[in-house]
Amino acid sequence: MWRFIASRLLQAVPVLITVVTLTFFLVRFAPGGPFDGEKTVLPEVKRALEAQYRLDQPLWSQYLSYWGDLLHGDFGPSFRYPGRSVNELIAAGLPATTELAFYALLVAVVVGMGAGLAAALRPNSWRDYLPMALAMIGICMPTLLLGPLLVLVFGIELEWLPVSGWGDLPGDKILPSLTLGAAYAAYVARLTRGGMLEVLSQDYIRTARAKGLPEAVIIGKHALRGGVIPVVAFLGPAFAGLLCGSFVVETVFQIPGLGRLFVQAAFNRDYTMILGSTVFFAVLIVVFNLASDLLAAWLNPRVRGALRGQS
Amino acid sequence: MTLLDVRQLRVSFHTRNGVVQAVDDVSFAVSQGRTLGIVGESGSGKSVCCYALLGLIPMPPGRLDGGQALFDGRNLLTLPPAELRRVRGNEIAMIFQDPMTCLNPFLTVGEQMMEPLLYHRGASRLQARERALALLEEVGIREPQRSIDAYPHQFSGGMRQRVMIAMALIAEPRLLIADEPTTALDVTVQQQILQLIADLRERRNLALIFISHDLGVVSALADDVLVMQRGRAVEQGPATQLFAAPRSDYTRQLLAAIPRGAKTAPSLAQPQALLEVRGLTVEFRSQQGTLRAVDDVSFDLQRGEVLGLVGESGSGKSSLGRSLLGLVRAGGSVRYAGEELLGKSSAQWRPWRRRMQMIFQDPYASLNPRMTIFDTLAEPLLWHGLADRSTVERSVLALMDDVGLARAHVRKYPHEFSGGQRQRIAIGRALATKPEFVVADEPVSALDVTIQKQILELLQQLVARHGLSMLFISHDLAVVRSLCDRVLVLRRGRLVEQAATERLWAAPEADYTRQLLAAAAPAL
Repeated sequence: MWRFIASRLLQAVPVLITVVTLTFFLVRFAPGGPFDGEKTVLPEVKRALEAQYRLDQPLWSQYLSYWGDLLHGDFGPSFRYPGRSVNELIAAGLPATTELAFYALLVAVVVGMGAGLAAALRPNSWRDYLPMALAMIGICMPTLLLGPLLVLVFGIELEWLPVSGWGDLPGDKILPSLTLGAAYAAYVARLTRGGMLEVLSQDYIRTARAKGLPEAVIIGKHALRGGVIPVVAFLGPAFAGLLCGSFVVETVFQIPGLGRLFVQAAFNRDYTMILGSTVFFAVLIVVFNLASDLLAAWLNPRVRGALRGQS
Repeated sequence: MTLLDVRQLRVSFHTRNGVVQAVDDVSFAVSQGRTLGIVGESGSGKSVCCYALLGLIPMPPGRLDGGQALFDGRNLLTLPPAELRRVRGNEIAMIFQDPMTCLNPFLTVGEQMMEPLLYHRGASRLQARERALALLEEVGIREPQRSIDAYPHQFSGGMRQRVMIAMALIAEPRLLIADEPTTALDVTVQQQILQLIADLRERRNLALIFISHDLGVVSALADDVLVMQRGRAVEQGPATQLFAAPRSDYTRQLLAAIPRGAKTAPSLAQPQALLEVRGLTVEFRSQQGTLRAVDDVSFDLQRGEVLGLVGESGSGKSSLGRSLLGLVRAGGSVRYAGEELLGKSSAQWRPWRRRMQMIFQDPYASLNPRMTIFDTLAEPLLWHGLADRSTVERSVLALMDDVGLARAHVRKYPHEFSGGQRQRIAIGRALATKPEFVVADEPVSALDVTIQKQILELLQQLVARHGLSMLFISHDLAVVRSLCDRVLVLRRGRLVEQAATERLWAAPEADYTRQLLAAAAPAL
């Protein structure tokens, strides 16, 4: 068990090194720099700024010193928000983004699994086709379009919900969560349907029927455990994806989260901020993937036994 | 007293490809303490007619077209679903063929065993657990206290089938339906499970319906027999009478197809070793450790000889067969016509591949579904340069004649053929390169008994016609006896005994061989 976790974390090391290196040099080779704003900056001021942020040193030495800071858990100072470190900025944006991602995941799991279950229990009927058609639309529809559409209908036409903000007005968290969760709900629905259909065709479901168990027990106790494994395995990547992918929603709904910071940093050539958020997201993805793999393995007694045997 | 009385049952399946009458006007009855055997080949409807009684057939595509099934005075076919559910697992229980897939891998065996009591009898979890422990003990599971909280994958196949039986009997049903309960098991385990079923039947005065393709097994257990073919009842009556003096042609055909007795064809073996195997060892490494599948096996195979290789599942017989052809990595020495084969690179193997071929067990899985028969048979011919574009068609057609396939089928795909025809294709594929040596790995195990007989006859003809040498791998001792000149007995990777076939049958030396032969002796 611990050996499995350790080996997975070890595999993540080269991934993270590659992410840091690629991002570091990519942003450096992008045209423009952090202090090339619209305002004309005096050459000596710019030089002083560059010296302060070590930008006058050779690239490889900047790269090495960045690693030095990084290994101490320090993402460095932000170039565009003077006096504030990247760590502080991430910490400030994280709560809103995490909350948004969590609600969106909730939407995805509840709606997605409900729809997928309904479809799997009556395959090839309207109860299957309707949610699956909606799921297809959900996957295809970009959040950039869905967000404004929901705002138009529920915010402006019906005036049921606030059109933007986060935690300022009652109910202002509903539309962003729905917008962000929709595509994931659609994906979860398809995974649930596939997983359940596969399990329901297994011999042991026939055994359960032959034992005369009530249908609810057959579905809830015998089928669901195996059927949701693909969904559980998807939860980790999904949560990581929701955290990293929320910038469109954060922009549309004016939410002070990480995603917006990240996009602004890219526009501003805020090197440390871009790097910091990228590394942070990369770590999140690694950790959540591992967590959901472990959870999915744990649900399977066979794998659980094998993992135990290793530790 | 008649417990179950089924009259004129008709079941059909309505699919896009048309209507299949799976059960057509079948009637049978079974009484308390009696056993009805239902015999038939695959697709005969023998399972469907029992599943239909319990509402276990998905509808659609299934449809009940008529008949009645009186169980204790109630017609099962017209019971409301909720009432039928109370009959299932409570008054009528079932056990199935494959204990590997029929137990839920996500729940402990105890949990699964307790369910009938929990949902039918309203027992408390504590009471149900007590009963489950008692039942596990009764069906011969060691250490019930520990086993009850184990998961199915922690049991062997035979033990799982015991759990399955215990689970079926826990609510004390009056009728037990056993659908091929020993087909997936090794012969020695099969014998134990049959004995267990027979004991439990006596002790509980159960009515038993035993569904099987295996006439030997049915004759050992059944009081009455129903023979089915293509959904129809061909013959039914008391077992002793039916087996002694079958009235229908089909039953006679089935009985005649069971391989029995010594090899009738003369041995073509020449006193010259074609294959010399010394210290052959195959190992598989996994995270759990190293498994030695074949352990220091040595034998010779003469030119023209048909050498049988028998063993139970996991004995390493397939690994041995494959290692001879370089399909798995092996240690030791394999000399073929004087030349060492182990350690050759795949390029060096190429000329030898033409001379050594393999026939696999499952003709459904071993043929590429996207290649026509022509493509399948032409590929080895072209690859080994035995034919060119202009002559390949003639060669393929000759090959089809050789294995008894109609030439008109040449452009068809595997799914358009029956199991027996597919195995003919697979044999043709193996013989395309005119090999001298063929490894046949359970080539008839997936086939019905009448088809099995045809394929065995075909193999025998081909051996004689082409002067083939063959390693014939099988778990079925009767088949091996009818075909092979000499036999190797493999157990847990080790060679236990090798002897000329009839000498082995007359005077087996190893205990294990005696055990195998005793378990395999058909009651017929």
